[in-house]
Amino acid sequence: MTTAVSAPEETDNPFALTHLDALESEAVHIFREVAGEFERPVILFSGGKDSIVMLHLALKAFAPAPPPFGLLHVDTGHNFPEVLRFRDETVAEHGLRLFVASVQEYIDAGRLRERPDGTRNPLQTLPLLEALGEHRFDAVFGGGRRDEEKARAKERVFSLRDEFGGWDPRRQRPELWQLYNGRHAPGEHVRVFPLSNWTELDVWQYIAREEIALPSIYYAHHREVFSRSGMWLAPGEWGGPADGERVEQRLVRYRTVGDMSCTGAVDSDADTVEKVITEIAASRLTERGATRADDKLSEAAMEDRKREGYF
Amino acid sequence: MSTTAGAGHAAEALAATSLLRFATAGSVDDGKSTLVGRLLHDSKSVLSDQLEAVSRASQARGQEAPDLALLTDGLRAEREQGITIDVAYRYFATPRRRFILADTPGHVQYTRNMVTGASTAELAVVLVDARNGVVEQTRRHAAVAALLRVPHVVLAVNKMDLVGYAEDVFAAIADEFSRYATSLGVPEVTAVPISALEGDNVVAPSAHMDWYSGPTVLEHLETVPVTHDPTDDPARFPVQYVIRPQTAEHPDYRGYAGQLASGVLRVGDRVTVHPSGRSSTVEALDVLGRPVDVAWAPQSITVRLADDLDISRGDLLAPADASVRPSQDLTATVCHLHDRPLRPGDRVLLKHTTRTVKALVKEIPSRLTLADLSQHPEPGELAANDIGRVVLRTAEPLPVDPYTDSRRTGSFLLIDPADGSTLTAGMAGGAFADADIPAAEAPDSGWDF
Repeated sequence: MTTAVSAPEETDNPFALTHLDALESEAVHIFREVAGEFERPVILFSGGKDSIVMLHLALKAFAPAPPPFGLLHVDTGHNFPEVLRFRDETVAEHGLRLFVASVQEYIDAGRLRERPDGTRNPLQTLPLLEALGEHRFDAVFGGGRRDEEKARAKERVFSLRDEFGGWDPRRQRPELWQLYNGRHAPGEHVRVFPLSNWTELDVWQYIAREEIALPSIYYAHHREVFSRSGMWLAPGEWGGPADGERVEQRLVRYRTVGDMSCTGAVDSDADTVEKVITEIAASRLTERGATRADDKLSEAAMEDRKREGYF
Repeated sequence: MSTTAGAGHAAEALAATSLLRFATAGSVDDGKSTLVGRLLHDSKSVLSDQLEAVSRASQARGQEAPDLALLTDGLRAEREQGITIDVAYRYFATPRRRFILADTPGHVQYTRNMVTGASTAELAVVLVDARNGVVEQTRRHAAVAALLRVPHVVLAVNKMDLVGYAEDVFAAIADEFSRYATSLGVPEVTAVPISALEGDNVVAPSAHMDWYSGPTVLEHLETVPVTHDPTDDPARFPVQYVIRPQTAEHPDYRGYAGQLASGVLRVGDRVTVHPSGRSSTVEALDVLGRPVDVAWAPQSITVRLADDLDISRGDLLAPADASVRPSQDLTATVCHLHDRPLRPGDRVLLKHTTRTVKALVKEIPSRLTLADLSQHPEPGELAANDIGRVVLRTAEPLPVDPYTDSRRTGSFLLIDPADGSTLTAGMAGGAFADADIPAAEAPDSGWDF
């Protein structure tokens, strides 16, 4: 898939919308629904591309006013420095309010224990849920997309969570037309996924069309990496490389940005958004499958983690 | 007028495709998961790591070839039971079009899932087994597609390899189905003979059926028109949110944000605000940061009016000359979704566009058996997956259009005020456009589903 040919009847119609226009309109509609129906929404913001696109859509949805909600970052302590810098610059640029829930603080206080495998993604649940309780957030925007993984294919745009953050597939409400039901009991909250119907390619095409800035690590750059479980990982204080793991200099980029401990880089010379799109369109590996160790845990890993209150 | 920005570079060329939302209906036995798996696989939408995972899982179960149905079966409970328990959304693209597929199970007690999937679909694929032809379940699927006003229906006659690829078998099934669906008011039926297992006519044309000259399933999905002419419909603009920056830069800005539910709005149009009945003129339109002279459904826009009216979320803007008749009495066809039955006397919340009001279930005059469209008077209640007529009284007048005119302003939800559950999906007005629905001879005592 390199170029597109629109069906003739579509382009002739002055009222045709491209798929990006349709997805954008839908996402904005979701943001505005939440603003109209909830008391204290918040956007989960990691500095990754999906949360950056979410913020871009939120800024558009309420312009010329600022979005009526702040940002929440669950900081694992293993984030790429480039991404944290980008997060802080973004917050300053738009005059937004940032809340940070720190996994490191929980570990230092003895409330969470480091896992033997060193990955901290599963440790995010408690700081996230306590931050939601402390600030009484009742709607939490996440950048999850239904194309990412099989268990996510059944996720709702409005996903009801109990007071433990748990997700029960049988308790999820049917979603009909464009009518979202956000009613919830005190203590419960709703996770909202405005990018539900977007694919990785849609997100990148939108980044290109809107000229959205991203952290530099999404584009090809020279970096010291070492190989573990078939992924290129970046050395760091999080616990790598181990004995026998050889560090080498490679030209790489990141397709997803999570923790340094579980996000692998891919060999790539795509240093512009157009080259990234070309690479993705030609790629034969799904985004998470290639680069996320946390999804490889088991066939049902994501489903289990959602039940626990993680995404 | 084009809605794309900065055309010319590669990314924009890739982006200039349309989007089709479609739904599938059919049972596990009809080979629906295999059809969906085949669409994803043969359109090169399945990536190598997904295929590896499917191959591994198939081998673990002792299957020789990769079971394409595994591509779409997500939740552990389903893998254990070997059934699909909910609507799953799948995404794939060809150079011509982007697709969102609502994959709905065809198992009889899951009518509500097909209703859910069909509610946002522009097209429905109904699957039948060529050996069995049109069965009761097929008629149910056709009826749901008709009830939800899905504009295009595709009949996929599967397992043609098991009937010797015989043209007369296909023609008889296609004819029976088309006559039935047309009698329910389905505007367009396209029948395709396929073998999902072998791949005939799913993505690539079949080498076994040279008597068939029509499109493959994917070709049809790629070319069916998705853009309607919004100028045919009256403008309907439910206000979602009022934007008031109250900053030094925008001290008096007041914008009404929402998604156009139907029709076209132009700068200079006279509009009436419901329920207040006050009128004003559209002074400015904004499509996500771009000032425009004209906007149309389903664009998300911001509207500014010439007069300073008191307008809030839940209000509806409509052309001053296009009638909206707000009413507190509403008769509708509904699909009940919840395990707790719906009964006359129930006090519920009703969500219509951006407005939620209290409502009372006054009467349930009849229940509909989808398989033969017979009406059962005074059922006393509607259980989960039941479809029936309901008479409602709302606490405030609502500007509801007939669902036959507008899927967006004719649809509503009933919500349980106690726990917030979504109870019922509602469609205002009559059920089928031109169906001649027989009444049941005797009171019905058994299950329909």
